[in-house]
This record gives sequence, C-alpha cells and structure tokens, in this order.
Amino acid sequence: MTTDRKRQLVTAALIAPAGLWLCVFLVLPFMAMVVFAFGERAPEGGYQAAFTFAQFANLPSRAAAFWNTMMIAPIGAFLCLIVAYPAAYYLAIKSNPKYRLVLVSLVVVPFWTSLLVRTYAWMYILGSRGIPNLLGMIGIEDIRLLNTPGAVLLGIVYGYLPLMIMPIYVSLEKLDRRLLEASADLGAKPVSTFLGITLPLSLPGVMTGVALVTILLLGEYLIPQLLGGGKVFFIGNALVDLFLQSRNWPFGSAIAVTLVVVVVIVLSVAMRIAWRVSGSRQVDLV
Amino acid sequence: MTKWYRENAPISAEDLTDEWMRLKRGSVTRRHFLGVTGLGLAAAVLARQPGLFNSTAYAEDLGTTMSLATWPNYHDPATFEAFTAATGVAVEVNVFGSNEEMLAKLQAGGTGWDLFVPTNYTISTYVKLGLIDPLDMSKVSAFSQATESARFTSEGAIDGTTYALPKNWGTTGMAVNTSKIKTKLTSWKDFFEVAMTEADGRAMVHDYQLTTIGSALVSLGYSFNSIKPEELAKAEELLIKVKPHLYGINSDYQPGMRATDAWMTMCWTNDGAQLNRDMPEIAYILGVDGGEIWTDFYAIPKSAANKPAGYALLNYLMTPENAVKEHIANGAPTTDSRVLKLLPADVTSNKIVYPDEASLTKLEFGAAVTLTDPARAELMARFKSA
Repeated sequence: MTTDRKRQLVTAALIAPAGLWLCVFLVLPFMAMVVFAFGERAPEGGYQAAFTFAQFANLPSRAAAFWNTMMIAPIGAFLCLIVAYPAAYYLAIKSNPKYRLVLVSLVVVPFWTSLLVRTYAWMYILGSRGIPNLLGMIGIEDIRLLNTPGAVLLGIVYGYLPLMIMPIYVSLEKLDRRLLEASADLGAKPVSTFLGITLPLSLPGVMTGVALVTILLLGEYLIPQLLGGGKVFFIGNALVDLFLQSRNWPFGSAIAVTLVVVVVIVLSVAMRIAWRVSGSRQVDLV
Repeated sequence: MTKWYRENAPISAEDLTDEWMRLKRGSVTRRHFLGVTGLGLAAAVLARQPGLFNSTAYAEDLGTTMSLATWPNYHDPATFEAFTAATGVAVEVNVFGSNEEMLAKLQAGGTGWDLFVPTNYTISTYVKLGLIDPLDMSKVSAFSQATESARFTSEGAIDGTTYALPKNWGTTGMAVNTSKIKTKLTSWKDFFEVAMTEADGRAMVHDYQLTTIGSALVSLGYSFNSIKPEELAKAEELLIKVKPHLYGINSDYQPGMRATDAWMTMCWTNDGAQLNRDMPEIAYILGVDGGEIWTDFYAIPKSAANKPAGYALLNYLMTPENAVKEHIANGAPTTDSRVLKLLPADVTSNKIVYPDEASLTKLEFGAAVTLTDPARAELMARFKSA
C-alpha cells in the first residue's frame, strides 16, 4: 500500500464518525422534512402522503412570526454586540493580564447553568414580586415588565452575551499592540486609532459573534415563550405549535424548510458583505 | 400546593432550585416552565415499606419507575410519595396545557407514559386512533361503577367497553382578582370587555384552543363547540382584537395570578379553588352566558412501557381513601359518591367546587370534533402568531 493511499484511509476513518453522525441525524431527517412539506395533514393530525404545494402557499399565514424573528434576531444580536464589544475590549486590552484568565472565566461561568433555569430566574426578577415590587416601594405602582418585547430582548442579551464576547475577545487579543503604538506615534487620536486599526482588525470576531448569535436566535423559542408569555411569537414558537398542538406536520415541515433556506441565504449575503468589509481576511463560518 | 405558591414572597434560591429540578424531570417540551405540582422523584429515595401494604396487593412486578402525563397543579404531591412508599415505584410527572399537546405526543410515539389524564371529549378519538387500550377492570378493583355519576363518566366507555376511568369533573370559568378589578364580571362577554379595558395588560387566556376559542364563541352568543366557519371567524376577530391587551397566553396561570402579574384569567375549577383558598380576593366566576363543563379521566396508552405500574397507580387513585386526599388538595369535584361522603363539609359546601345546579345548565361538554377540527387548530395558531 502506498503512503498516499494509507493517508487517505486514515483520513476517511477519522472523518467517518462525524460524517455518519451528520448523515443520520441531519441529512436524513432534513430529507424526511422536505418530503413531509409536500404532504397533507391527516384528518386527526400528523402526516399523510400527497404531493401538494398547499403548505408552501399557506406560508403567509405565519408572516407575522417570520417578521418578528427576522426583526428581533438581528436587533438582539446588535444589542449583544453593543454590550459585548466594550467588555471584550477591556478584557483583551485594558485588563491586568494577571487577572485576565479569572475575568474571562467569569464571562463563561453562566454557561455552567442551563439557559432555561437562568431565563426562569428572570421571570421572578421581572415578575410582580421582583423589580416592580421594589418600584412599588418608592411609589411607582403597577409597572409590568414580564411578557413584553423588552423582557424578551433583555433575556436575549443576557443569554447570548458570552457567545458575543468570546469571539471578539479572541480577535482583539491577537491584535498586535505595536500597531496601536505606531498609530499613536504618528499622531492619530485614540478615536481614529480605534476606527482605523482596532475595529477593522477585530471585525472577523465581530462577524463571527453576530452570525453565531443571529443563527441561534432565528431558532429561539424558549425566551419568547418564558419572558414574552406566548405573546411575543417567533417562528420557533410557530413550529412548536404546529407539531405539538395543531399536529400539522406537513405545514410545520414547510416552515422549517423555509426557515433553513432563509437562514442560509441571509448568512451567505452577510458573510459576503463581511468579506468585502474586512478585505482579504477570511471569515470562517459559511 | 407547593411551598413557593404559599409564600407570597420573592422566591428563594432553594425554592428556585426545587422548581428547576421538578421541571428537569419532565419531558422535553416547551411547557417545562409550567409551574408544576410538587411531586417527587425525591420520593424514589424513600425506602420501600412493605409492612404498610401487603405484598399480595401488588403481586405483579411493578418495576421502580412509571410516568404520568397530567395537567398543572392537579395532584397532591403527597399522593405520589405515599404511592412510592407503598409500592417502591417512583412516579415521574409530565405536565401539559392542552389535550392537543397530549395527543400530539402520543401520535408521535415514544412518550413512555404509563397513565395519562385526557378530558372527556378526547377519548373517542384516542380509541379511534388506537392510542389507548380497553381497561382490564379486574386490575382496578377499587373502582365502583355503581357509585359513579353517569352524567360525568359516560364518555369513558365506548360501545360498552371501558377505556378510561373518571378523575374528577369541573368547569371552565374565570378567576378574577377583585382587589385589582372593581367591575363585577358575570359573563364571558364581560371577560373579554374587561380584558381590553380595566384589566388591560393583566388578563390571561389559555394556550388551548378548546377553552380560548370556546369561551370567545360563548361571549358572542354561539355554542362553545361551534365549528361553523362564520362563527369561528367572528371569534377569531374578537381574539385578535383582545390579544394586544392580554398579559399572556398560557394554561398555567397560577404563578401569574399569585404574583398578581395577572389580574384575571380563564380558569379551571380546581385552580379556582386553590387560588381562592390561598388568596380569598381571587373570585371564581362561571359565565351566565355559558362555558365548559368537563370530566377528566385516567387512561393507559397502548404504548405504555410499565402497564402494571399504570394499573397500580390507577387502582390506588380510585381507592376512596386516597382519592379524598387528592380532592381536598386539588379542589376539583368528585364523580364518585363514596368519595363525596368522605369529604369534609368545608369542601362539599364550597360553591367554587360544587356550584349550584342552576349555574351549570348553560355549560356544555366539549365535543369530540373540536379536538381534530383543522379550522379550530389553525385559528388558535393564527391567534397566537398574530
């Protein structure tokens, strides 16, 4: 056996588990979903074989949910970015290297607890016995925070912040400090140094963070359900309802397939723009 | 009920942990967060006490765990602890907010439930779809047909075959926090009007097509069970008009009502009794224009993994001495006159639990067709996603 052939076999053997995993748990289910999407709802619910485009024709009935998702996901990601960037900047550049590891761990610590329980905790903080109760003590009565879009955005920023901080932190940490010194030596003000050097060089991290948070938000249903009280409705919530209440698997599949297509398109466009903005540097996501 | 419901104070870290552990034991659904009746896998660690019950009572091998699918705030946690102590079987409880959700899970398969709690109007569909088995009545010796009220229990049997045994009956009314809402509500018409005015941002409807659409239909003067397109269209119009004013769409409304985040809600008898017991300012009102009357049943899924334990728990719950504790705790009216005799007078005289016959005359039992009617399912989905 030649070394080339041996190398190929080793590569194949190493890739096989992941490939098999993806095939069985991603590709096959996705194909089943595509088949379901062209079927019909059985009289008592579920799936019944057919070939119809009726499910796709019905998509506009969930336009509001699509719209909410497409609006709140980017807004949530943007808010995360606004909050995360200064934190990441401080961690990577300003903080004392002695404590850096501790500080970075603090960002990650919340992940040791499930998002569900952390979001559940917010229900108590925002509910009448939480912040509104404290406001009541200083005379501001009957403030309602829970089950509002604001509560959902708060939950999103809280839940997804670490996912934004980490990639930005990594890209800022690699930043060559001598560039900043050179910029200052040449008389640039801190603002122009930031806009001309720091920000562009951290852009891959920013784009990674934004993409990561946006993708996860597009499928989010837990936070709107808990902090939005079933009133702030994402496409994820529509999917859960279709499978777990209406038992309309074909329509649910059609929405799921559409969501996947939309996400792929949105991300490809976003990444193309990101490549252009960040010049020749690769943004490794799509 | 569970500790944190009783204490009208911010939740402590310990209670939150308890709550979380309870949620974690449920199946993976978005209803995880539903406030659950406290119950206990913790009971599993309780030592089995063979001395209490003779082993002859449970001759079959019951295993060590079983799974029950039920509704929020619907059981006395002590019941399961006692059952575990008697049999060594720990009961895992999954909580749902609608019959549709239970049906969806059973249709998808692999629920692992050994006993579940369907409502009267769903049983014929479960039988038609082959999702539940006829009950082997020899394994439920504690049940007594003669003492049951046929008005409430007839839908458990189809063509003379018993598929489900009654848990309790009840009504769907409205719970109103009278210290917050001064208007006196008497009808579903009032409910939807107040929801848009005095209770703006503070009213809840169920995440459940039967009661939410049904009550909207009643408020417009139609039948609770209507599937007529023009009547459903009117109900949808009303619901979508009300939606921006709602506090939430959720079948687990006790936490919201107890925290006074919500001031009024669609409400089942048992929750109404529990809320009123702990917070007397919360009144439970039946609509003079109509509404729902129902019976919940116990049934055993065909796919049950541990049927012996399912039967054992069913028999345990059908035993009047055990049932009476459940009824005192959950506040739902019994269908069994043996249990009625054992109940204390303060329960049987409670007008929330045992209302005057006159107030029930306009109420309707849910109709089987509403469970599977695609128009109602789609209406509910449109209302939620609007």
